[in-house]
Amino acid sequence: MTTTTTTPLWEVFIRPRSGLPHKHCGSVHAADAELAVQAARDVYTRRGESVSIWVVPSAAIVASDPNDKDQLFEPTASKIYRHPTFYDIPDEVGHM
Amino acid sequence: MTSAVFTFALSLADDALVLGHRLSEWSSYAPTLEEDIALSNLGLDLLGQARLFYTLAGDVEGKGRDEDRLAYFRDASDFRCIQLVQLPKGDFAFTMARQLAYAAFMQPYLDALTRSTEPRLAEIAAKAVKEMAYHLRHAAEWVIRLGDGTEESRRRMIDGVAAVWPYAGEMFEMDDAERALAAAGIAPDRTRLRTTWDYTVGRVLREATLDLPDAAGQQSGGRHGRHTPHLAPMLTEMQSLARAMPEATW
Repeated sequence: MTTTTTTPLWEVFIRPRSGLPHKHCGSVHAADAELAVQAARDVYTRRGESVSIWVVPSAAIVASDPNDKDQLFEPTASKIYRHPTFYDIPDEVGHM
Repeated sequence: MTSAVFTFALSLADDALVLGHRLSEWSSYAPTLEEDIALSNLGLDLLGQARLFYTLAGDVEGKGRDEDRLAYFRDASDFRCIQLVQLPKGDFAFTMARQLAYAAFMQPYLDALTRSTEPRLAEIAAKAVKEMAYHLRHAAEWVIRLGDGTEESRRRMIDGVAAVWPYAGEMFEMDDAERALAAAGIAPDRTRLRTTWDYTVGRVLREATLDLPDAAGQQSGGRHGRHTPHLAPMLTEMQSLARAMPEATW
């Protein structure tokens, strides 16, 4: 039994105890979804990091093209007014 | 009764320690990195259970023996583990067959032990039963995939089940002392778990498209110190460091 290039790759997302959203933490090789969840549990939640696991076939991830970074991301650099630092936030609102 | 509780806790600890060590032997040899970590996790679960049962046994005995004394300074003839856990780790399919047989028994067994009239046993069981539920799930998923997998994985899984089953019957054996503990509500009645075990392993093997072995065989003797030839060399290696440096801490 060896891992071959036909063993699919899965992206792993775990939800921490704090109730924050699922966050990408890495990937695992596994033959199917059930085993991917088990592998993710064993590899990424050994220290009590998680209360929930998502696995997604890596092939299902649609990524932006690095060559598009100028048109996708560069224009926001000059729009500092989009940062909420211009507004006074009442203390009662707390951490945003 | 005190001596019976000591022997009972000791045999649970010995089972967990020896099987945990067999799993640890997979470290850096497992078929995939993911499974390498998974098998280490399972081994560490069992090591943790062993420590708790040894500590309880030492307390009950009252002779000042702690977990390390009991784990590292007894010879094979003093161990009380069943023969199933002594067998060498074999290939991955054998390991999964043994994990299935063991966890399918220990999960309901520990669940029953949570209702022990001895609260310290019940507390250990409450922690361990959740771990064993995952061991069962992990092993079952692999047995199903290997049995219903490629020609080679199927052949290995059939061989693994055939090698494990003769040793599975010992999990259901009880001597007079343990029967007395069961009558007192301290220990679960092992014989009552037969139907549950048959159902669990039967369901998994059917899904794996494997034939159900006729019955779990009766290779036994471990509880009375009659061991397979595999236990002593394993203990010699496992105990060598602690015996060479008895004062070491790490």
